[in-house]
Amino acid sequence: MKAARGMSRRDFVVTTLAVGGGLALGFSFPKNDAERAALAARLSGRPWESLSGKGDVEVGPWLMIAPDDTVTIRVGQSEMGQGVITSCAKMVAEELECDWAKVRAEYVSVNRHFRENKVYKRLVTTSSSSVRLGRPYLQQAGASARERLMAAAAQTWSVPRSELTVRDGLITHKLTGRTLRYGEVAEKAAAIKLPTEPKIKTPDQYTLLKKPTKLLDTPLKVDGSATYGIDVRLPGMVYAAVKASPVFQGKVRSYNADVVKNRPGVHSVVEFSGEEIEAGIAVVADSYWHARTALDAMPIEWDEGTHGSDSSEEFFRSSRATLDEPGAKVVTRKGDPEAVLKNTSQVVEAIYEVPYLDHTVMEPFNCTAQVTSNRVDIWVGSQDPENAAIDASKVTGVPVENVYLHNCFLGGGFGRRGNQDDVRQAVTIAKQLGGRPVKVTWSREETTRHGYYRPMRVSRFRAALGADGMPVAWTTRVVGMDENYPGDEQVLRGLHKLPYFVPHQLFDYHLRKTHVPTGPWTSVGRSQNEFFLETFVDELAHAAGKDPYEYRRALLEANVEFPFAKGWIDVLGAVREKSAWGQKLPVGTGMGIAIGDSRRLSRTEITICAVVATVSVTQKGEVRVERFDVAMDTGPFLVNPLAAERQVEMQVAMGLAAVLRQEITIEKGRVVQANFDTYPLLRPTEIPEIKVHFVRATDDPIAGMGEEAIGWVAPAVCNAIFAATGKRVRSLPLKNHDLSWT
Amino acid sequence: MLSLRVNRKTYNLDVEPETPLLWVIRDTIGLTGTKFGCGMALCGACTVHLNGKPVRSCVTRVSQAVGQEITTIEGLSANAQHPAQIAWREGDVPECGYCQSGQIMAAAALLAKNPNPTDVDIQREITNLCRCGTYLRIRQAIHRAAELAAKP
Ligand code: FES
Ligand code: FES
Repeated sequence: MKAARGMSRRDFVVTTLAVGGGLALGFSFPKNDAERAALAARLSGRPWESLSGKGDVEVGPWLMIAPDDTVTIRVGQSEMGQGVITSCAKMVAEELECDWAKVRAEYVSVNRHFRENKVYKRLVTTSSSSVRLGRPYLQQAGASARERLMAAAAQTWSVPRSELTVRDGLITHKLTGRTLRYGEVAEKAAAIKLPTEPKIKTPDQYTLLKKPTKLLDTPLKVDGSATYGIDVRLPGMVYAAVKASPVFQGKVRSYNADVVKNRPGVHSVVEFSGEEIEAGIAVVADSYWHARTALDAMPIEWDEGTHGSDSSEEFFRSSRATLDEPGAKVVTRKGDPEAVLKNTSQVVEAIYEVPYLDHTVMEPFNCTAQVTSNRVDIWVGSQDPENAAIDASKVTGVPVENVYLHNCFLGGGFGRRGNQDDVRQAVTIAKQLGGRPVKVTWSREETTRHGYYRPMRVSRFRAALGADGMPVAWTTRVVGMDENYPGDEQVLRGLHKLPYFVPHQLFDYHLRKTHVPTGPWTSVGRSQNEFFLETFVDELAHAAGKDPYEYRRALLEANVEFPFAKGWIDVLGAVREKSAWGQKLPVGTGMGIAIGDSRRLSRTEITICAVVATVSVTQKGEVRVERFDVAMDTGPFLVNPLAAERQVEMQVAMGLAAVLRQEITIEKGRVVQANFDTYPLLRPTEIPEIKVHFVRATDDPIAGMGEEAIGWVAPAVCNAIFAATGKRVRSLPLKNHDLSWT
Repeated sequence: MLSLRVNRKTYNLDVEPETPLLWVIRDTIGLTGTKFGCGMALCGACTVHLNGKPVRSCVTRVSQAVGQEITTIEGLSANAQHPAQIAWREGDVPECGYCQSGQIMAAAALLAKNPNPTDVDIQREITNLCRCGTYLRIRQAIHRAAELAAKP
């Protein structure tokens, strides 16, 4: 099932020509690169623009067919590297039975969505939902168009539909050998209404889906033509650099625009504030650099409000104290865990802590907006263009039917680009510029310091072990700084319904609110909870003197009430085998294991994922993750195994960066970290060998692939560190720990 | 007024000499393939070539680039046919893609001086950051590009 990893073996004719004196080698090619020619025209570098031409005919809102049979499929989800444009187009094309080589893609019109009663269903890209939720209606759109095209051919020939077959957009009437191309019947099909909607295929009938497919956006990302929000350029556009209140919820007290008004290129100074907009100042100029340097030169005084002395250190301290109070809300109570804990001799207790994290999208935050009295235009890379347009309408008073949001490529999302703060801010600024388009660009520092952070969290676990080393009682208490977003569910995910068999259980929690904005961060809730849970199970295994793999397996086998236990055991077994778990390793090297299934309270779908990290630690305490094995359930199909594999790789890299050294800390009410020096990404030298092993463990479609591996990165690494050094890590990131050993 | 050679074209520009080359390329000239990531020489998203050598344009004053041949991703090759670009397409290297112009420019400069780099060479020379963690695919693609360039 694993996608081919190597390069394809096409024959390219390569001629090298040195051009110009001392230049880098320039390369030119006498022959056309067929691959590029085929791919280049399949998606615009400005994905909000249509590639379709005059003769194209719309067969339903989701697709256009050109006279030459080119099919343009519209995509409602946002491309941020997960391959969603390709996956969504594939789901339509699977049913359409068109030639994939002739498929082009473009974004849907957000404006039309509003004008035509939410015709595109959902314009949000979060929570691995694009395939899970999109598949039924995208397949239906393809099937519906196919049947209209078939009906058009049947009409043309006056034969029953049942006598026709179709393949790659060529309709054939077998009895007479006549054929018609989609391009020839599209116009007729457009006028046809089907008496009933056709049934859609079940996964066993798929032909295009399941196969690895090259990504439609790749060519645009190797020649500089992919347009991210930050790249948008408009006639008459001005540039804004912004500073929002460094202490969240502060206000602008005063500023002196006179100091900068005569600097080169400066157009104006704009103060902004509003509902769900961090108050601040923008300098508008004829280039970003002019705006930015003027802003830096301008004195601004802030009213810090009531949070000017808050700190994350204090949040941690008070949260730890809160752990002693019975949870405000109780999720699970089974038996009498407190009594058992009191009466058992072997009790394991651990307190775990994780910090706030930023998303660190690679593309610094930005949004371009033009606001006139009756129309708003927005260019931004958004994970939630629907709500972005609604927010723009609220801020400006222009009806949402007159808002035009042009969604761009996203230089990373990870949950950050669905908060719409970028859009609210830019529209507020643009409103004050008399109809001029303005591109608002945040510095990296501003991007880091004005996030919607992954909430910090503190937890305490206790377990009483029986004579056989297995837990008899287990209590979990969490204090989450999650009240801003989205409240309870984030705190519960992964911890609700313990997968392991324990007769007596208690799980309760506290929600706290701070002034620090929090939001969804890839895997939403699990990157914290799975670290707690899967580290604690590991601690129990070691306390019991058992192999951590065997221990988990035994606890799953015993848990007859857990419906997914079999799938878990299969995936756990796969990662054990593939990683050669239990092999003899050099001193200072260890393996750590972790597993989970991304189940949520609000849905039935899961994706089971088990990982093994192989980690070496030098005696000085330098950590190196050598290898990362990921076994992932595919369910009956993956829409694009190539994209799925890459998503897993992304999550490993993202998870490792967080484990090693990322943390957002708050001092004096504001974020301390600013740029990549203080909030570092994973370095190229730190990427481990990543082995993705797809296994089919369940019969139902999986929840998704976009965030179903990241939760287990931290516990696997920390469990491996324990195996290597005997040092147990109970708080992140690792940079705060001395891991030296002798 | 200052005169700049970018992708074999001459531009006469009215910019202050201390302006970072990055912003001249992006805002004044309008070539947006070169990206802004950090502004502090930490990430490499802004990598361009000066006379074939990779530089981080966010910390390169435009005056330093006068009289040199500046190459950006848009000018790396005709029709995006540099072996690195071909290899990047073959391997579907980019995820979000935001860092990839810089990655490709860094790779192209490495290949120009070292046509057959080892993993160690790549790790030493290509320090560009990628949020999406495409480092393994980048490494493979550089080897593949070396192979493509070596073909007669
Ligand atoms: S933007 Fe120049 S190195 Fe990051
Ligand atoms: S591909 Fe997204 S930052 Fe490198």
